[in-house]
Amino acid sequence: MSKQIQVSGLDAYYGAHKAIEDVSMTIEPRSITAFIGPSGCGKSTFLRTLNRMHEVIPGARVEGKVLLDGEDLYGSTVAPVSVRRMIGMVFQRPNPFPTMSIYENVAAGLRLNGRVAKSQLDGIVEESLKGANLWNEVKDRLGKPGAGLSGGQQQRLCIARAIAVKPQVLLMDEPCSALDPISTLAIEDLMAKLKDEFTIVIVTHNMQQAARVSDRTAFFNLAAQGKPGKVVEMDETSRMFTNPTEKATEDYITGRFG
Amino acid sequence: MTTTTTSTIQHISTGRRVKDKLVQGLVYLAFGLAVVPLVSVLWLVIQNGLARFDMEFLTHSMRNIGARDAGGGAYHAIVGTLEQVLLASAISVPIGLLTAIYLVEYGNGGRLSRAISFFVDVMTGIPSVVAGLFILAFWILVLGMPFSGWAGAMAVSILMMPTVVRSAEEMLRLVPTDLREASYALGVAKWRTIVKVVLPTALTGIITGVMLAVARVAGETAPVLLTVFFTDSINFDPFSGPQMSLPLYVFDQAGRPNDTAIDRAWTGALTLILIVMLLNLVARLIAWWRSPARGR
Amino acid sequence: MTTNLRTRDGGPATSRPASRRSHGEGPFRYASTGAGIILLAIMAAIAVFLISEAIPALQANKGHFLTELTWDPNGSQVFGIGALAFGTVLSSAIALVIATPIAVGVALFISHYAPRRLAGPLGYLVDLLAAVPSVVYGLWGVAFLVPLLITPSKWLNENLGWFPLFAGEGAIGGKTMLAGGIVLAIMILPIIAAISREVFLQAPKMNEEAALALGATRWEMIRMAVLPFGRPGVISAAMLGLGRAMGETIAVALIFPATFGISIQILTPNGNSIAANIANGFGEATPIGRGALIASGLVLFVITLLVNIAARMVINRRKEYARAAA
Repeated sequence: MSKQIQVSGLDAYYGAHKAIEDVSMTIEPRSITAFIGPSGCGKSTFLRTLNRMHEVIPGARVEGKVLLDGEDLYGSTVAPVSVRRMIGMVFQRPNPFPTMSIYENVAAGLRLNGRVAKSQLDGIVEESLKGANLWNEVKDRLGKPGAGLSGGQQQRLCIARAIAVKPQVLLMDEPCSALDPISTLAIEDLMAKLKDEFTIVIVTHNMQQAARVSDRTAFFNLAAQGKPGKVVEMDETSRMFTNPTEKATEDYITGRFG
Repeated sequence: MTTTTTSTIQHISTGRRVKDKLVQGLVYLAFGLAVVPLVSVLWLVIQNGLARFDMEFLTHSMRNIGARDAGGGAYHAIVGTLEQVLLASAISVPIGLLTAIYLVEYGNGGRLSRAISFFVDVMTGIPSVVAGLFILAFWILVLGMPFSGWAGAMAVSILMMPTVVRSAEEMLRLVPTDLREASYALGVAKWRTIVKVVLPTALTGIITGVMLAVARVAGETAPVLLTVFFTDSINFDPFSGPQMSLPLYVFDQAGRPNDTAIDRAWTGALTLILIVMLLNLVARLIAWWRSPARGR
Repeated sequence: MTTNLRTRDGGPATSRPASRRSHGEGPFRYASTGAGIILLAIMAAIAVFLISEAIPALQANKGHFLTELTWDPNGSQVFGIGALAFGTVLSSAIALVIATPIAVGVALFISHYAPRRLAGPLGYLVDLLAAVPSVVYGLWGVAFLVPLLITPSKWLNENLGWFPLFAGEGAIGGKTMLAGGIVLAIMILPIIAAISREVFLQAPKMNEEAALALGATRWEMIRMAVLPFGRPGVISAAMLGLGRAMGETIAVALIFPATFGISIQILTPNGNSIAANIANGFGEATPIGRGALIASGLVLFVITLLVNIAARMVINRRKEYARAAA
């Protein structure tokens, strides 16, 4: 249950402003793909086009193709809701539903698809929390509000919530940028474990993180200020960080700009 | 996954899609339902009010005109409403504005300012008829004063005060702290800073708030009914003798079972709505003109 | 709206330059403090003067004020608040039942459904409903709504007459509790819609996105991330609307037929309320009659005060909750 994403010739707009231009790439299943690049280069925007969250923003639109195992996510018969059901997302800031308990947060996505038997639900909630390495910390207080957890725990709760619906792909938009180093490490460990089951795409500002966790890396950059973002280079992470083809990639990785 | 489908992307169930569309339909319907009465009221008022919306209506009183007679006008009521609203503003704007200044500049979140703030909120909920009863009890029954436009203005000012306080307070809080501190740094005293820097900055916002408050109370009938009483004649002096007011005029004429009176009621309603809407529109225009960047 | 969040700190009041204390500071400070105290004094004075003017009439009352149904302070001097209080509560309840769901729908329409560009102007259109004077609604109710309701009232009575609210025989339709309740509903709709709209707009965007990313439809997103967050705000908005409906006077004074009795048949020509009775009874009241009306106004004052205080307390609690969630 892990699928490949193929993107070809994708442009994304906010109103009249073109945020990214002509992005093409293949994201392999059961692997972690990292997007790096300076702020405002469109890597988060691109991530959000992969599960059609981009178009939630008024005036935002997309041109081009995104294929999930050959099927176009932007096909005329495909509803954004179905796409998001297949491609889960974890956000920059942990965002558990404040009025729901830990249990309800994890079960929230499952309950959308009609009634699920209590015993089955219990099983999936436990499995998902275990999958997110959170079960041992919260198993005695599943009925307590999710907002009462620490930042790192909340983020893992959000991951549990996302994997509970068994998506094909998991998109992570700078999932550790609001967390302390220890929580960050916990999430990174978790990602390494999750890639056995899911296709994972992560946007990160942290070069070491990309180097540590990802299999492949794409470097995004702006051609110039005010111009749309583009993919400069995409390759195996090991090669990218030791022997990049493009000069801009090397400059960015070695910290000469960005 | 245990389920196998031919397509990669599973479509959501029809039930969920239908429910989503159903709710969308209901939400649009709710908005439609809310607008229908507005359109209906305005349409009827214009349609029925235009018949008698003439110079005689605007320049004559009801003196010596019986309910069944045609003709007659609301001049006395228009004069009464304008005078009463002006007097009410003269009472409530200073008190309301000073209270807002207290809450923003001097209150410091202390016990008194919290109490005032809470009761200003509660005061917005006082039924207008209770405000009228209060002035009736206090001014007319206890102090033995006569019914007058002034008594009506006092009753109406009670309804105006909380609105003025709230809008002025909101505007004063929008004035940047830097501006105040810049003035203090020049050695300007606090009260002069408020008068010379804070109030001018917030002025248009405060004017908008006052105009909206005026628009709201200009249509109040109940408090005026209990304090101004009725008259069919023109009385320019709000401090002596009964006056009339436009909403009261509509209420009075609407209660009479004659077509001529009902016609006058509609025209009175049209005049009243024109005044109220005009005030509203001008207030919003001032607000919009001063802050073009605002809005959703 | 008057309900948006305010900062608790009162500005830079203590950062006054110590070196130069100009004269004039004292008087200005006292004037503004005094204005605030005048406001509190007015609230107290309302209670004091209503009580003092109600007492003589209550002493002359030959019936029991709280339970008596008839209202005849001018003649037999037997009067009680019973029927009027019942009418006030029933008509406001009808208004609330009709207005709340529509207002929540309108609020959702403006906050989450209407096209961005139109949301502002369309919201203003609903706010305009509040600008129409009460007496105009009364006139509209009598001339337009009352005749309009006759046919549907008869239909309801014939087909659903087993339901106590729709029961009744003889004259069906006309100046009824239902007509008054609908007019009240229109009048309180804008305030409920405006406050609900504000709280819906404050619902955290990140939670809305979380719901959408889970594959929620728009409605499911609203149910998961917007309604739970907005619930306390909607409740207090409805309570403020209830307070408004109970105190509303002139519109219902024109519509209600001023009967004195307790009947839950909202389709028969029945109905009165404390406020309507004051407006209709004032013209012909004797001194005892005026005192009796003031006594009834005191009851209305106390009820609306309690409803408003309760609503404000819910809002204030919500503010803390909103801060905690942010």
